[in-house]
Amino acid sequence: MTDQHAGHDHTPPADQDGPLTYYQTMEIALRELLVEKGVVTADQIRAAVEAMDARTPAAGGRVVAKAWCDLDFKQRLIADGTAACEELGIDMGPTRLVVVENTDDIHNVIVCTLCSCYPRMLLGPPPDWYKSRAYRSRVVREPRAVLREFGTELPDHFDVRVHDSTADMRYLVLPRRPDGTSNLSEEALADLVGRDCLVGVTLPRLP
Amino acid sequence: MNARFGPGDAVRVRVAYPPGHVRTPYYIRGREGVVERVCGAFRNPEELAYGRSDGQPMALYRVRFLQRDVWPDYAEGGGDTLDVEIYEHWLEPTAARESTE
Amino acid sequence: MQEAGRGPHDMGGESAGPVDQAAHDRLMWEKRVDALVTLLGHKDRQVLRVDELRRGIEQLGAAAYDRMSYYERWVASMTNVLLEKGIITSDELGRRMAEVEARQAEEAGR
Repeated sequence: MTDQHAGHDHTPPADQDGPLTYYQTMEIALRELLVEKGVVTADQIRAAVEAMDARTPAAGGRVVAKAWCDLDFKQRLIADGTAACEELGIDMGPTRLVVVENTDDIHNVIVCTLCSCYPRMLLGPPPDWYKSRAYRSRVVREPRAVLREFGTELPDHFDVRVHDSTADMRYLVLPRRPDGTSNLSEEALADLVGRDCLVGVTLPRLP
Repeated sequence: MNARFGPGDAVRVRVAYPPGHVRTPYYIRGREGVVERVCGAFRNPEELAYGRSDGQPMALYRVRFLQRDVWPDYAEGGGDTLDVEIYEHWLEPTAARESTE
Repeated sequence: MQEAGRGPHDMGGESAGPVDQAAHDRLMWEKRVDALVTLLGHKDRQVLRVDELRRGIEQLGAAAYDRMSYYERWVASMTNVLLEKGIITSDELGRRMAEVEARQAEEAGR
């Protein structure tokens, strides 16, 4: 990509076929001005995009698999999510992480009704549905109906705990370890843990 | 940090509809719940949102509400709960708590 | 009267249709907007706090909030906050946007 060399950039963005929209034009102009003024550099922008692309839900899966295999780690994770993730070498930045644990009768699900707060350092950017009006509006009021749309049917004896992350904390669901996985390695367990079960709209895959 | 409330305290979210950047969702105003934890002290985002960053940190709480207390017509599980992060200035003790103090 | 004190972003509990689970890949310009927000909010700069970005998004108004895409809201809000703070001016931004458009038209005509 050469289009981040702001200022004298004649390469159209790779994703751009038609004319630029008003806001795409604004982004280019704003970025060029910020680079010229020395507020940010083109290299910093490029590095930030690369760092963002490198963050995937695999980090969250790794944390969960470790917690399933190491009870001491799990306790530390629940006591201080940020510190426990940093133990695994995950850069948490300024994130203050709260880990909420699913059990035999409690299921947790995360939302941000006011915007789209999400544990990006562990899961990468939020999926579109997480940011959607439908999810943000409904999951606080009819969580089981929303979970059903994701194919998640919970037995009646479960309590559903919805967490609205409105302020400074970010949330990660620690799913229940699936039955019949006692033989699996930590790496194999991590593969069962997809993004959606870390937000709480699904359960881990079965091996 | 001086936290006015502790885990287990019953609280009510203030009923107020101010203009500006507000971090307490509309749906939870006036509802009663219980402090689940004190998250720590943070500067007030309702001030930070306007570029004023010189304020004192204040306590942020996670408050747990029973869903049926939030939505009178809640039709799902009776034990279902909703946790919301709420800054101290949005909370007041409930009448039940005041009478025991 | 109370509804007047409710912003377009404050939607918890509203009724809405099914959750659309379709995903789109983020476009390069969207990633750059995201990167700029992260960089400007970095503790070494603190040019734009996320609180300010959110306030700016809420101030776009209900019609714009629903019409604009996620990253359109971000870039519009970021720009407005930087204008308020005098980090950029409306005039220089307007001139640069015109230049960007002219460059693009030139390339398209090539």
